[in-house]
Amino acid sequence: MSGRPKEVDVNAVVAIDNRLPSMEASRLSTLERLVDGLGPAELYWIAAWSAARAERLQRGDAATTGAAKAAAVQLTILYGSQTGQAKRVAAQLHARAEAAGLAARLIRADAYPQRELAKETHLVVVISTQGDAEPPDDARGLVEFVLGKRAPKLPGLRYAVLGLGDSSYPQFCAIGRQFDERLAELGATRFAALGEADVDVDAVAAPWSDSALEQAKQVLGTSQPVRVATLQPVPHRATYTREHPFQAAVLDNQPIVARDAGRDVRHVELSLEGSGLSYEPGDSLGVWPSNPPVLVEQWLGVLKLDGEQLVTHEGRSLPLRQWLAREREITRLSRPLVAVLADASGEEELARLLRPDQSAALAALMAEYQPIDLWRRHASDWSAEELVAALRPLTPRLYSIASSRKAVGEEVHLTVGVVDYIAHGERHWGAASSFLAQAGDEQSLPIYIEPNERFRLPQDDARDIIMIGPGTGIAPFRAFVQERRETGARGRNWLFFGNRHFSSEFLYQVEWQAALRDGSLHRLDLAFSRDDVAKVYVQQRLREQGRELYAWLQEGAHLYVCGDATRMAKDVNAALIDIATTHGGHTHEQAREWLSDLLQQGRYARDVY
Amino acid sequence: MSSSPSDLERIKIHSRYLRGTIAEGLRDTVTGAISEDDNKLLKFHGSYLQDDRDLRDERRRQKLEPAYAFMLRARLPSGVVTPSQWLEFDRLAREYANGTLRITTRQTFQWHGIIKRHLKPTIAAIHEALATTIAACGDVVRNVVSTANPVESEAHALAYAWATRLSAELAPKTRAYHEIWLDGEPLVEEPKQEEPLYGTTYLPRKFKIGLAIPPLNDVDVFAQDMGLIAIIEQGELKGFNIAVGGGMGATHGDGSTYPRLASVMGFITPDRLLAVAEAVVTVQRDWGNRSERKHARLKYTIDKHGLDAFKAEVETRLGFALSPERAYRFDHNGDRYGWIEGNDGFWHLTLQIESGRLADNGDRRWLTGLRELAKVHRGDFRLTCNQNVIIAKVEAAQRQVIDAIVVAHGLDGYRAHSGIRRHAVACVALPTCGLAMAESERYLPDLLPKLEALLESHGLRDAPILLRLSGCPNGCSRPYLGEIALVGRGPGRYDLRLGADFRGQRLNRPYRENVDEAAILEALAPLFADYAAGRQQGEHFGDFLVRTGVIVEDTPRIDTEVAA
Repeated sequence: MSGRPKEVDVNAVVAIDNRLPSMEASRLSTLERLVDGLGPAELYWIAAWSAARAERLQRGDAATTGAAKAAAVQLTILYGSQTGQAKRVAAQLHARAEAAGLAARLIRADAYPQRELAKETHLVVVISTQGDAEPPDDARGLVEFVLGKRAPKLPGLRYAVLGLGDSSYPQFCAIGRQFDERLAELGATRFAALGEADVDVDAVAAPWSDSALEQAKQVLGTSQPVRVATLQPVPHRATYTREHPFQAAVLDNQPIVARDAGRDVRHVELSLEGSGLSYEPGDSLGVWPSNPPVLVEQWLGVLKLDGEQLVTHEGRSLPLRQWLAREREITRLSRPLVAVLADASGEEELARLLRPDQSAALAALMAEYQPIDLWRRHASDWSAEELVAALRPLTPRLYSIASSRKAVGEEVHLTVGVVDYIAHGERHWGAASSFLAQAGDEQSLPIYIEPNERFRLPQDDARDIIMIGPGTGIAPFRAFVQERRETGARGRNWLFFGNRHFSSEFLYQVEWQAALRDGSLHRLDLAFSRDDVAKVYVQQRLREQGRELYAWLQEGAHLYVCGDATRMAKDVNAALIDIATTHGGHTHEQAREWLSDLLQQGRYARDVY
Repeated sequence: MSSSPSDLERIKIHSRYLRGTIAEGLRDTVTGAISEDDNKLLKFHGSYLQDDRDLRDERRRQKLEPAYAFMLRARLPSGVVTPSQWLEFDRLAREYANGTLRITTRQTFQWHGIIKRHLKPTIAAIHEALATTIAACGDVVRNVVSTANPVESEAHALAYAWATRLSAELAPKTRAYHEIWLDGEPLVEEPKQEEPLYGTTYLPRKFKIGLAIPPLNDVDVFAQDMGLIAIIEQGELKGFNIAVGGGMGATHGDGSTYPRLASVMGFITPDRLLAVAEAVVTVQRDWGNRSERKHARLKYTIDKHGLDAFKAEVETRLGFALSPERAYRFDHNGDRYGWIEGNDGFWHLTLQIESGRLADNGDRRWLTGLRELAKVHRGDFRLTCNQNVIIAKVEAAQRQVIDAIVVAHGLDGYRAHSGIRRHAVACVALPTCGLAMAESERYLPDLLPKLEALLESHGLRDAPILLRLSGCPNGCSRPYLGEIALVGRGPGRYDLRLGADFRGQRLNRPYRENVDEAAILEALAPLFADYAAGRQQGEHFGDFLVRTGVIVEDTPRIDTEVAA
């Protein structure tokens, strides 16, 4: 056997192409241009390469584009620069590397996708040290990442570090040195020794660049890029469920509103490593909270009960404090609880609220008060056993997941609005949000995945999507945009976001800016309600963009709404009906039908709470 | 070194006379910033983008962009402000900026903390108040400063008139300013030649002009790219000595950059002033270094070609020779605080404004105080290059009213301040200035009491000593002309420089490099002791240090009596 495939009739190939329904003419012609002039060997190679790629796609492993891009680059030059000196040195080195025929790329540290580090084969880092051992601002994130516990092992990396500094400081070039040592610690190999340049930068930088470049040429010239076989953990069935939650380690717990925001919103990153759990964009994460310890003590104080007292309920014996902290719902009122309270206290006022014609008043009460407020007002004698029996079991809280696994690997991210406010003269907390807000580095949280099949990206990635997510409703759209970036989805992404203040509450601002720059977000419309005298909300932006929004929907776009159910979701719904009447020529009734059709088709999905 | 044009030259050429994409950038609601290229152009419009550096790292963690806001600088020739302008500037400070007004070392106002969507209404309001911000920054002739001397009223009027004319003649002529900020008709085609003087690339670097009326050198005339020394004989303005090539900026650790005093190259009569200024500016335009911005100021052009060659080129372009320089003498470069009567019978009150910052802080309700003054004052205000303000042209009968407001708002500190406090100048630095390496304005209130205690212990409380603080080596506070100067190196660390004179005619020298406060005080203590014990009658601190050999003078001192 020669190994050479038998000859194929060219016309037959074209015929095959013509039968592909999703291949646009423009793509086909691009393809033809690309292969024009290639010989049979190259063409057969491309066919094999395409087949392998198709197979990977079918397996759902689509993270190939980034990797392919990174593999084409032989040498990555990263710089962290405060005054521009490191940038200049790095740029010169980059230009010379390219002139020497190396495929090199030059990236500022804060523009470097940190996930690519694990795939790098050859890396040069030029980084300054500010004052006494401070990194330059643009490299703070990278330095934290590399020096931190989440840095990947780098056995396949060969590197060289040039530090810039001012030797009149005790810790001259500290950042460069730390970086150099840390990379070695992570298993990487130096191809040039650490350089340490003083205020007269070029005295050291110039000879160092010369020799580093020489070394790089030798290393790259003589060896193929090092390929590291990454071991894939054997996927086992997800055994963690609501009833048997996974203990997820906290990787990050970061406020993402400014100090003057007047409220707290957290970005929480949890590790799924070893859990076998997987999720899709649109899914939620269930979190089993513990009630705030301060609140538990308040309960014990108000009810004059001993927290150490053992209480047996339904066959389980636990100290009362633990019942209240872990087992019972103590931050939300419910009708049965109001009934029990009305009964026990004999208060006519409470009993009246339970009458069928008072449901609005009861709802108002439940929205405004937590149980402890009622205990305080309607004090009566309770035994620990009665209390545990009267309270509902604690239930997990669901958070829309704010990450795509394709982008973050074995992590899951949440956007948590922290409920913590003063009412009726006392501080109040939300159970899960305050639990999450205080979750520290070494802690782990009981979690599980709650799939949400009704809030999914379109199967056809050529479809446009419109995302409306004010406040923490932004969370699933961070996942959507990450996912569509990683999969190279062809459709456009349009996001509407709103909050109170631009300067303090533009959640994930720098990520959206980066997404607009790299083309993974196509449009972003913003509404900040407290920046000017006139309050502006997302529904107003929808109306302003009505013509185009309607056109997107007519072309098949999917529309998603996430966030507040009581007002925002209704206002948005009304705005969509207005848009369909104004720009679609529908009557009000037709517009409602049109919208309910979209719902039926799964093209209008809501995740509201 | 490469000789290809610097990046900024490319930006200027492609800017269509300073338009760039500033207008589009202002409309982008996703960021509080504008693009880097547009920011370079925005300087020519009198503004640039800054961020609150105190919050920078915190906001990065919060996934928020830096707390961007704009600095806006007015162009106020000779620092003259009318009461109605003052009231408007004050309103803008409270409504759109950070609630403060900042008097700069170039006799003008700066506003800090203006967020993007407020920038246009602020500039429009300044225009409405018959002032402008064009060319307050950028590679052009900046705000023209002149001696704030209301006493010699006729001479000051003349100086002010010339400074104003120079400022107008040398201002950019582009329509871009009107289009972007004042809703002028936007340009649809490629612009025609809009800048007969500057051309498409403007100047290689900033260009500062100052006019001094001896014996006052409050403008530090030798720190200017072009300094004009008024020659007044028997109350008549005869003309100006022309000095060229002054400048403060330098870079740490780079010996090819340095502060330099301007060199006097001749004398001209007033009728030739505009022509001479234009010739000096155009030679710099054509000869200046356009590939290396840190070597682009006029001082380097002159040192590269030699003063004689430079002067010859200026004279060739003029078609006549400059006359030999005339005699002059400067007494000092500070301000005279308190009331003083002018020779036209009006009174003038100079108030000290520490670091030029007008704000309301506890008992020091300076912003409010000046606003109250502006409501009753019938003369004008003059900002000084030492960051102070003069309430000028007050009728004798009004003095009491003015004084009452001054006292009520804690503006009367000048009466009791120590000698060093009365002569302290500090640049803005952190948290808004992007160049700052160390604190300056915020550090001055901590540093002064420590220096005062040291001086007091040697009986030097009232010794007038020029103190200049700078957060970086670029020199906005003219640190190289301080008898004592701190130039920022890093957080809490400074170069200590000593030995300038009291008249702005001798540069200081480095005495300690990259030291902290303890080392600064330790270095100064014995010098204060020696000065207290060994000073001669009327001898200033800087002069004493040079006479006793503590500081070795290496820059030739400006000869003050050449033609005498």
